[in-house]
Amino acid sequence: MDLDQKTLLNLYKTMTTIRHFEERGIPETGQRQMSASVHSSAGQEAVPTGICAHLNDEDYIGSTHRGHGHCIAKGVDPKLMMAELFGRATGTNQGKGGSMHIADMSKGMLGTNGVVAASVPLAVGAALTSKLRKLGRVAVAFFGDGGANQGVLHECMNLASVWKLPVIFCCENNGYAESTPVEYGLSVANVADRAAGYDMPGFTVDGMDVFAVYESAGLAVARARSGEGPTLLECRTYRFYGHTVFDNPLSYRTKEEEDIWRARDPLKQFRERVVPEGIITAEELDRMDQEAEEMMEEAIRFADDSPMPELSELYEDVYVDYPLDMMRRGVNMAD
Amino acid sequence: MTTTTAAMTSSVAREIMYREAINEALRQEMERDETVIIMGEEIAGGAGREHLGIVDAWGGPFRTTVGLIQQFGNERVLDTPLSEAAFVGTAIGAASTGMRAVAELMFVDFVGVCMDQLLNNAAKMRYMFGGQVKVPFVLLTRIGAGFGSAAQHSESFYSIFSHIPGLQGVVPSDAYTAKGLLTAAIRSDDPVVYFEHKGLYGNRGPVPEESYVLPLGKARTVRPGTDITLVGISRMTWVCTEAADELAKQGINAEVVDLLSISPIDYDHVIESVKRTHRLVVVDEDTPVCSIASDICARVAEEAFEYLDAPPSRVTAPHTPVPYSRPLENIYLPNASRVINTVVRLINGN
Repeated sequence: MDLDQKTLLNLYKTMTTIRHFEERGIPETGQRQMSASVHSSAGQEAVPTGICAHLNDEDYIGSTHRGHGHCIAKGVDPKLMMAELFGRATGTNQGKGGSMHIADMSKGMLGTNGVVAASVPLAVGAALTSKLRKLGRVAVAFFGDGGANQGVLHECMNLASVWKLPVIFCCENNGYAESTPVEYGLSVANVADRAAGYDMPGFTVDGMDVFAVYESAGLAVARARSGEGPTLLECRTYRFYGHTVFDNPLSYRTKEEEDIWRARDPLKQFRERVVPEGIITAEELDRMDQEAEEMMEEAIRFADDSPMPELSELYEDVYVDYPLDMMRRGVNMAD
Repeated sequence: MTTTTAAMTSSVAREIMYREAINEALRQEMERDETVIIMGEEIAGGAGREHLGIVDAWGGPFRTTVGLIQQFGNERVLDTPLSEAAFVGTAIGAASTGMRAVAELMFVDFVGVCMDQLLNNAAKMRYMFGGQVKVPFVLLTRIGAGFGSAAQHSESFYSIFSHIPGLQGVVPSDAYTAKGLLTAAIRSDDPVVYFEHKGLYGNRGPVPEESYVLPLGKARTVRPGTDITLVGISRMTWVCTEAADELAKQGINAEVVDLLSISPIDYDHVIESVKRTHRLVVVDEDTPVCSIASDICARVAEEAFEYLDAPPSRVTAPHTPVPYSRPLENIYLPNASRVINTVVRLINGN
């Protein structure tokens, strides 16, 4: 194993934090906000973890509707994320955005996004900023197998290629766009097969194996940072739950398939790789699991204790500079 | 023309849900006319997995298209990749060449990714081509806030479509209008945008079993009154009736008009009402600037000025995106209380 202990511990810590956030935070959100628009990334932890391990706070990522894992891997505070999911004023977005719009510009987190592939051009734009201003930063554009067929993605891959931008296009291929299997909508066997069409390297890796992701991401990030341009990185992964927590995935997936992927749980695989080599003990991993659980309890407490936004917040930050009375002029809001 | 909810004559009307009414209209039109096809994301669900026994896994994200693929097969009920520009444009192309094509845009907030096909092709082809072509195309889409779905899944946005010459649009408010207007939209030779409201899917109402058409471009009065005209759009019609019930206790008798069509807008119906009531409030959950509410108020002020005893007024969302947090989303939406306060203010002349 090439990775040092510190790196390994951080990889596991990130993955278990994501897992605990999804499995604890999402049900709690459902009880409070009663919103159907929350999407669990449990099962997919290895992908953002392996990639963001190569990024620092100044690098950028664009995320998807299934973006809690992206946020946590990029260093967004889970406490503030929980508060955002609960709609509190202390949330990452002041309660204005919710799960599908979590952003933290101080961490280069350009936002989860409710429109498929819509954050991809934002990541490409951030890469452009870095190139123009010689900042040496990279951007990762996350999208899914559904997003792989969205027009703007293709335009962005072409643009990033001709402009040689420091961006990594990362497809989290979890086999399904809502209930639609990837093979139905995708014209090629692997999303990465399309890379040649945009004159960039393309890799398909096992997205349940954080080491495989880490290794490939390292190459793509290095390539971007050195000014050689974009890469398409496809990570084959699986979401353990439904598109939202309200649909029954067995209406479009088989139990056999789910069992196969569950057996390849990235946290389990990490354990099975690392513990026998004697670098980290099982107890240390258990302790990190426990800390993640406690972190979520604390995050829930923090969020519950936080105030709701002031009602006047409704009119704030529509613009930087605009007459405030225009927000409500003539519409007969409640007094 | 003022009509109360149309009487069901000899037909059998049982109570079904708004989403079932949509489903029934689709099914009956597809039975009636083999050129009717429907395409969209997840409209059957689990696509391509028939060999595993998976067919119609979802029947639509809100179950409006359930059962269609079993009956009509996957050459008429087409699940699509996540490519709105492609499949909306394809549906328009099919409609221009002999099919009656229905495409579903899952949420109207996503229209940005396929707007060119609607704006520059569907809306303009007949005109630009000197009348050579008709585009019998229906865009099914959905609107409405109030479900904690945040800024990109809560738009109403229909005024954008009203603004485009060449497109028509309808906003059914209950199961009865849902079926009749969808039938009309599919049979129309013009492109029609059909706005389903997320908050109405479970609403039950009497719907005739057989096929029927409600005329496009016509509003209806759902509650006759004398003191003020309340115009509601989609779910807001029921906010108006709720307000009207409360106002009645204060001795104010409000007439509620259900707009039903956002292009063309039935100005005549509204003006005929205002000529009797002398006051107007339009209740519209869309954002206010250049909205349907603004347009109706302007038209009434222009064409019925001497009948008005108060300025035409609007109760709408504010000029902001839809906020996520519950208390903010609650004040964002028009509600009966805001309508009542506005009405009382206008009646009292201040």
